[in-house]
Amino acid sequence: MYGKGLRPLSIATVAMLALSLSLVFFYAPLDADQGFIQKIFYLHVPLAITALVGFIVGGVFAIAHLRSGNAKWDAYSYVSIHISVIFGVAVLVTGAIWAKASWGHWWVWDEPTLVSFLIVFLLYCTYYPFRYAIEDRDRQARYASVFAVTAGAFVPLNFMAVRMAQSLVHPRVFATSTGGLPGSMMLVFLCSLAAMALLWLTLVKFELAAKSASGQVKRLRRALDAPGSGASSRIAPEVS
Amino acid sequence: MLALLLADAPALPLDEAGKYVAGAYVVFVVLLVIYVSIMASKVARIERELKEVASFAEQRKAEEKEEVSA
Repeated sequence: MYGKGLRPLSIATVAMLALSLSLVFFYAPLDADQGFIQKIFYLHVPLAITALVGFIVGGVFAIAHLRSGNAKWDAYSYVSIHISVIFGVAVLVTGAIWAKASWGHWWVWDEPTLVSFLIVFLLYCTYYPFRYAIEDRDRQARYASVFAVTAGAFVPLNFMAVRMAQSLVHPRVFATSTGGLPGSMMLVFLCSLAAMALLWLTLVKFELAAKSASGQVKRLRRALDAPGSGASSRIAPEVS
Repeated sequence: MLALLLADAPALPLDEAGKYVAGAYVVFVVLLVIYVSIMASKVARIERELKEVASFAEQRKAEEKEEVSA
């Protein structure tokens, strides 16, 4: 069920990634200030936006789980957060490379944007041990959902606090009343953002399809009383 | 602080900037490949488990047939 539509989605993702990479390197103009280094912007910023929105989406699925008690929504929430954490790793690494190239430092601790993203990322890293610490599946799902809702609400609050804070070196590209991105750069950025969003969606569906297949095999084992039917992952929710 | 940072790090020439841009995009691709490899091993495990269950079901069916014929 979860694998339905995965093939066209994967094809669309690959096509969109190819298009956005072509636009980044062959269409987008060189930045007057940063030059070629600014090409990292088209990777780093869409990854960051997708990761943060993914965390919020995980919170929304968690609300659905708490309201309905349906384990399906817990699985959606878990997978959304899982893929967003992976995206978060990419954001931190690409950001550090960009920082080293343009500021001469891998990390600037005084910069609110960097530190706040790190805090959000580390917060979501605690989701796994938190889940793993609870044995009972129902309690695990409920507590994980409460965590996802609380942390998901923290993401936009954190984002707003950072926008209001005094920036040191990190630019505020989309908030400036004057200037901002020119049309050609904005087009490339939006294509990159769409590509990253599609990639996130594809990976979420892929992960859910794999979890669903694994869950079906376990159900089959249990139904047949086959050996190994008791073995099950404690950390990941079982999708049926 | 900002002036100090910018003075310390002026805009890089293309040959130097290229290394960093390539590094960032390579990191992204490597992470993607690692994720896909992990998922591939998971899918392979599911396939193996499914084979085990299928052979177990076939074996049980054969045993039931033998019991009926006996």
